[in-house]
Amino acid sequence: MTAVIIVPPSLDDKGFEHVLEQLASQPDDAKIIVDARHCTFGTPYGLTAMLTLGQTRAEKATFLPPIDGNVSTYWSRAGFFRYAEELFDIQGSVPRVRSTDEGDKLLGITPIAAAADVHLVVERIAEQARHILTTRLKLEPRAQMGFTMALSETVQNIVDHAGHAGWVMAQAYQYRQRLAGRWVAEIVVCDPGMGFRRSLEMGNRRPITDRWGDGLALETALIQGVSRFPDAGRGQGLKGTRGYIGRRNGMLTIRSGTARIGLIPTWDDSVPLQENLPYFPGAQLRVIIPGELAGGTP
Amino acid sequence: MTRIDVGSVLRNSANLPYRNLVTRSTGAAVRQCIERELAALPADETATLDFSQIGMMDFSCADEIVAKLLLDPPHGAPARTCGLVIFHGITDHHLEAIEDVLHHHGLAMVVHFADGGARLVGAVNDDERLMWELVYATGGTTVQALATRAGRAHTDTQQILELLHSRRLVRHAEQGYHPLGSLH
Repeated sequence: MTAVIIVPPSLDDKGFEHVLEQLASQPDDAKIIVDARHCTFGTPYGLTAMLTLGQTRAEKATFLPPIDGNVSTYWSRAGFFRYAEELFDIQGSVPRVRSTDEGDKLLGITPIAAAADVHLVVERIAEQARHILTTRLKLEPRAQMGFTMALSETVQNIVDHAGHAGWVMAQAYQYRQRLAGRWVAEIVVCDPGMGFRRSLEMGNRRPITDRWGDGLALETALIQGVSRFPDAGRGQGLKGTRGYIGRRNGMLTIRSGTARIGLIPTWDDSVPLQENLPYFPGAQLRVIIPGELAGGTP
Repeated sequence: MTRIDVGSVLRNSANLPYRNLVTRSTGAAVRQCIERELAALPADETATLDFSQIGMMDFSCADEIVAKLLLDPPHGAPARTCGLVIFHGITDHHLEAIEDVLHHHGLAMVVHFADGGARLVGAVNDDERLMWELVYATGGTTVQALATRAGRAHTDTQQILELLHSRRLVRHAEQGYHPLGSLH
């Protein structure tokens, strides 16, 4: 029997949870139809997580793209359909666009499988993003550099820990739901790999406790800076990124397995740790860096 | 003094056509090339690592290159004389990551600027920084002269200088202590 998974109108981090709730009862090899016809909005998180979902299916899922031409054109420009065509059986036509570079996108959806991909992403951001980060977000050069470093480190997480190819996307936009419409830059990195808990277990870095699970694994990695590698310098990337995000009054969330942890600034009301979520493999990182207020306050 | 162009190492030895030092594997490849060059130098030679051609450096690369070079002597070199390195061409763009990893490991390094100025970066206390600045301001002199200028006891001064020397932040010669890269 084929299950129909309805994509909510907003395919963002919360919308994707609704998708996962519907998927929870479906085994990986079940035939599913992902129905995004009535989706009117997709964020970088939603789009990259949807591709990740495609990677996790043993049986290729059918995908029904948004009916709204503007929405599907945006998804095409972000590079979504270019990769979705390999992962889903797409029913119906999707807009063809000549280039994925447009507007305030800092980085279209880009596959990450090896260290060389990290170099390419960093070079591309350095070329494309400087203008937007300067003019829209008003970030001074050192803050821009920190943004690129955060991108590099979060993307490396896939190469170093996931054991599976993943995706990155970055975008600048006016955050109308929060921050009174201030410009923000967002990085999303998603993979369907082993996730934080298994990564720490493989490196024998699991703390001795009865509480062990995805939530504690995320706490161990993000808050305590523990990496699965034993060298004293390992874990510096995530720790440094955490410091940068804190100084910029930004937000970092990581979902892995059945939990999500967040460094939540005062301007957001998300819960710092959520457990018992529907299982989804790998890790999904989201970083939001607000632009400067007048007067240089982050 | 031997100069090692890190940008050139990245492009040629590590075989990457980029200006940015990112990823741990790239950092390891670059460091291994630098270690080979350092190992070939005479024991008392100071090398300048020139980062002028490097765009940005992430935390992982800073840890893999800067921290590990300061932590580990090149293979086969005596621990006291190897790894006398000065860093040149360091900008604000590099410092964010470098300072972070230096503090994590309790390390410090000497940075030379194009105008001839020098600065100690990393984990040092006020006494160490003051004494290091005196060594640089004098161009190198005896323990007694440094003690007099610092207004400290000879034994205190000797202790701080020896610590700076053990951390490879100053050189030790018969006449006293000298900045890295000085001819004395």
